[in-house]
Amino acid sequence: MRYLPLTSEDRADMLARIGVGSIDDLFAEIPAGMRLGDLLDLPRHKGELEVERLLRGLASQNVTAGSVPFFLGAGAYKHHIPASVDHLIQRSEFLTSYTPYQPEIAQGTLQAIFEFQTQVAALTAMDVANASMYDGSTATAEAVLMAHRITGRREAVLSGGLHPHYAEVVRTTSRMTGDEVVTLAPDVLAREDLCACVTEATSCVVVQSPDVFGNLRDIAPLAARCREKGALLIAVFTEAVSLGLVKPPGEMGADIVVGEGQSIGNPLGFGGPYVGLFAARQQYLRQMPGRLCGETVDAEGRRAFVLTLSTREQHIKRDKATSNICTNSGLCALAFAIHMTLLGEKGLRRLASINHAHTIDLADRLETVPGVEVLNETFFNELTIRVPGDAADVVERLAARGVLGGVPVSRLLPGQGLDDLVLVAVTETVSEADRAAFVERLEEVVRC
Amino acid sequence: MTTIRYTKDHEYIRVEGDTGLVGITDYAQAQLGDIVFVELPKVGKRLKRGDEAAVVESVKAASEVMAPVSGDVVAVNDALEGTPGLVNADAAGEGWFLELRLTDTTELDGLMDEAAYRAFVASLD
Amino acid sequence: MLMTKGRPAQAVALTAEGRRTFTSNRGLSIEEGLIFEIGRPEVTGVDLEEPAPFEHRLGACERESAIGLPGLSEPEAVRHYVRLSQKNYSIDAGIYPLGSCTMKHNPRLDEAMARLPGFADIHPLQPQSTVAGALELIHELSRWLVVLTGMEAVAMSPKAGAHGEACGMMAIKAALLARGEAATRRIVLVPESAHGTNPATATRIGFEVRSVPARADGTLDVAEVKARLDDSVAAIMLTNPNTCGLFERDIALIAEAVHEAGGYFYCDGANLNAIMGKCRPGDLGVDAMHINLHKTFSTPHGGGGPGAGPVVLSSRLARFAPVPFLRRDEAGLQLVEHAQEALDHDDLGPARSKVVSGKPGSTFPHPALEAFGRLTAFHGQMGMFVRALAYMLSHGADGLRQAAEDAVLSANYIRASLRDLLSQPFGDHACMHEVLFDDHWLKGAGVSTLDFAKAMIDEGFHPMTIYFPLVAHGAMLIEPTESESKASLDLFIATIRDLAHSVRDGDTERFQHAPSLAPRRRLDETRAARTPVLKWTKQGAALPSPSPRR
Repeated sequence: MRYLPLTSEDRADMLARIGVGSIDDLFAEIPAGMRLGDLLDLPRHKGELEVERLLRGLASQNVTAGSVPFFLGAGAYKHHIPASVDHLIQRSEFLTSYTPYQPEIAQGTLQAIFEFQTQVAALTAMDVANASMYDGSTATAEAVLMAHRITGRREAVLSGGLHPHYAEVVRTTSRMTGDEVVTLAPDVLAREDLCACVTEATSCVVVQSPDVFGNLRDIAPLAARCREKGALLIAVFTEAVSLGLVKPPGEMGADIVVGEGQSIGNPLGFGGPYVGLFAARQQYLRQMPGRLCGETVDAEGRRAFVLTLSTREQHIKRDKATSNICTNSGLCALAFAIHMTLLGEKGLRRLASINHAHTIDLADRLETVPGVEVLNETFFNELTIRVPGDAADVVERLAARGVLGGVPVSRLLPGQGLDDLVLVAVTETVSEADRAAFVERLEEVVRC
Repeated sequence: MTTIRYTKDHEYIRVEGDTGLVGITDYAQAQLGDIVFVELPKVGKRLKRGDEAAVVESVKAASEVMAPVSGDVVAVNDALEGTPGLVNADAAGEGWFLELRLTDTTELDGLMDEAAYRAFVASLD
Repeated sequence: MLMTKGRPAQAVALTAEGRRTFTSNRGLSIEEGLIFEIGRPEVTGVDLEEPAPFEHRLGACERESAIGLPGLSEPEAVRHYVRLSQKNYSIDAGIYPLGSCTMKHNPRLDEAMARLPGFADIHPLQPQSTVAGALELIHELSRWLVVLTGMEAVAMSPKAGAHGEACGMMAIKAALLARGEAATRRIVLVPESAHGTNPATATRIGFEVRSVPARADGTLDVAEVKARLDDSVAAIMLTNPNTCGLFERDIALIAEAVHEAGGYFYCDGANLNAIMGKCRPGDLGVDAMHINLHKTFSTPHGGGGPGAGPVVLSSRLARFAPVPFLRRDEAGLQLVEHAQEALDHDDLGPARSKVVSGKPGSTFPHPALEAFGRLTAFHGQMGMFVRALAYMLSHGADGLRQAAEDAVLSANYIRASLRDLLSQPFGDHACMHEVLFDDHWLKGAGVSTLDFAKAMIDEGFHPMTIYFPLVAHGAMLIEPTESESKASLDLFIATIRDLAHSVRDGDTERFQHAPSLAPRRRLDETRAARTPVLKWTKQGAALPSPSPRR
């Protein structure tokens, strides 16, 4: 077996050194009746060629985003990833190293995390950011728990514009601890009055912008209301590229900012692994979950980086830790950092502008399709459109015509009477020909 | 008149009148190593003997500091926020944690005096 | 005669007192500034065309301020990150014997497969008809996991080990809710040697943790467990093999006792590598167990993730798995994404496939009829699923069992080769895939476990896990995995023996200032924690930068 270096001769020598007769002597503590005699009913080992053939076979059954005009978003976005990003994250020293517990021989990972934290803090206009969470949805649930610890209150208010999966993750966590969650009705047009929902019992309000329907939300008035009532404002984003063009949540008064970082540096990958971004105001630092990397010096006075404030974490505080998180999204955070470094301020702004311009173009084209309506007043790179009939059916028929045309809202929010809505995202990867094809196919589909 | 009493968890209380300063002993700070953070209670908090009064953190450990006797927190040592190293430098003095107004001074009788504590520490090594 | 020609046989350490270079570089160890020091906001490494002028549709939300992000051209960015990478140790470069971390070889085939566009370039919310191969892959991996562990079902969405623990404990909570006992059964028993995530998870799900001490041989005594069992106990969380590298030999008795008392048995699967193909957790009485795909099934650790933590569930808990889950019907595999859908199909129709191995009469995939909710957006760590399945297909049932045997053999080989010099907290007995030493043998030597670990760095090794588990004083936990050749193990052993002899000889110098040959000496962690500097700021650039000013 190509991955196992020991030979039969090695094994015999080693058993002799140990002083046992057979390998099974080393498994003697397993209760006799429970030791497996035979091999399990699974195939035997295979060579690379055969494994590759099997997996290529499965891969070929899927329609890839790059092979068709592609308009899906709703929390995961197709962006172009520079070739150097994937090359660099496959460097052995990044790919096959562990969490940097021995900082003297892990400065590469540590400095990259320190730079990542700085990038995330800058992007969100917040004081501090951590080394990453699993993804945007779990980061949101962690933010709610953090708000409960800070405020001593146990009621979270979730905007109707929050990604339904994110809301469900928060509700699942809260159900386990008996915490209250107030979920507002799906808010397609961004007209809900969140301010009215904030009371003295509110621990936090969770609001997303651009929201799941694509609308942008000025959360400054809500931030003021939260401050007045002693509640925290948690701002969420699922499209990190938007921050190149839209006002960052930190400038609008958010206390905690969480987001999905997949858009920068990470492929769609059928939903994971992604990278959760987590930032907060300085005064809440010690209630933050996850790893933090800090700057210090070594014994020679040279600048160096190290995981710090780890007394918050599970391996020290155990049942009193701020979170149970251990392994996070190191390599995805690195991909984010590298892509962001390549973009820089100039590149990110331009990337965001292209996304927005393409979306404006598609919105204008869609207005010409009879029976189709764009519902957004404001948007970044995602729209909610109303189609005649069942949206899931329209999307299926578009797929049959070679266009992956968006996410039916009913996929995320079934049984809510939103069955005629489609979420449509437009990134820099969508060419003008793709937009034309989408509109043309959509016209055909809604006509018949 | 000042009375100092010690617990087996290496906390001390330095009582004058009906209030006392609570901290950890020099032995405790030496065991913990460099103190990097001290989490203090809110002034006004009512503590029963044995309640968690504060948390003291080194780089690699977080330890709870228990109230040696029952009382109300009347003051905390704000200097520790910026300079937690005071606990290492002067545990028995500048490195105090909090001041308690005792609700039951008879609880002091259950604690060790200086000689007893010294013997207790000697027995640990 | 003093040999003055050629290169010296002994490496010469550059110390603080040693010679300094103009650049502060030390040969191939190159100092590298932060991107905020070397980048410029007007530079970009990505060519994008400025779009034609447009009227923005951002309402009142247009960004007015600068972001403060520097950019680098592609050559600068590549050089920056390559230089950073060169300061890291990695499993590709040498043995990485971190106990409880299972740092084994990461096959590059797995990387290549995960990057096939058919897996990497598909959206989680595409019409299911366009991702049939992806669903089939998840199903096939599920089947491998279920057969390997002898369990009933598997929840695939948890994103890492701790997330899997949360999933398992939530399933237990949901089962207790269904029994009407969630309010009364609030205690979770956790052994003292447990990984910190166990108590942290239990508390987070609203349970109360009660600790169970181990007996003198490092394992759990069923009597100690029984003494704590009553109708307030929800579950026990146990790692097996445990964090001391020992198989819990009372495990079946413990499971039986916990079940009799009405509780559930959560097993931390971090150490599955020792037993795969040798025994099945399902046969031991486990009700829920997460599997760290990034340990046992070799998806690379990536300097701190991403991981994946699918949770296998017994028949007692299978119906409480979270959404999403797979269901097979006439139309093929369907992904059920909403709890309501699960309830709508509250029947076990004949159309479902039988599990290939395992319990007769069970259905697979098993529907979570009372799904407790959702743990994450979308469906889990697909990229890790592809890697793990590639790894499992490569090994096969025979290779996986051989891997477990080789991992256990290698750990015991290290134990047998060091037992005369180092001390073991629970005596010299066979271990599983990792061997635990303590610092008893260092007593009075003026060398701590930390010093010893740092000296290993100067010898070119990544140290073992130190100071964990807490039940051993000054613990050194060594897990070689099955990936090391005998020559690699022998050099590792010889190095530890040489270091141990230095300890015996009183050569404390070799330890107390170590490492002196790594990219950095020991760090001032107190300073990092007392005055946290967690991001770069213009004003904060007060620390001396080792590179020449740019």
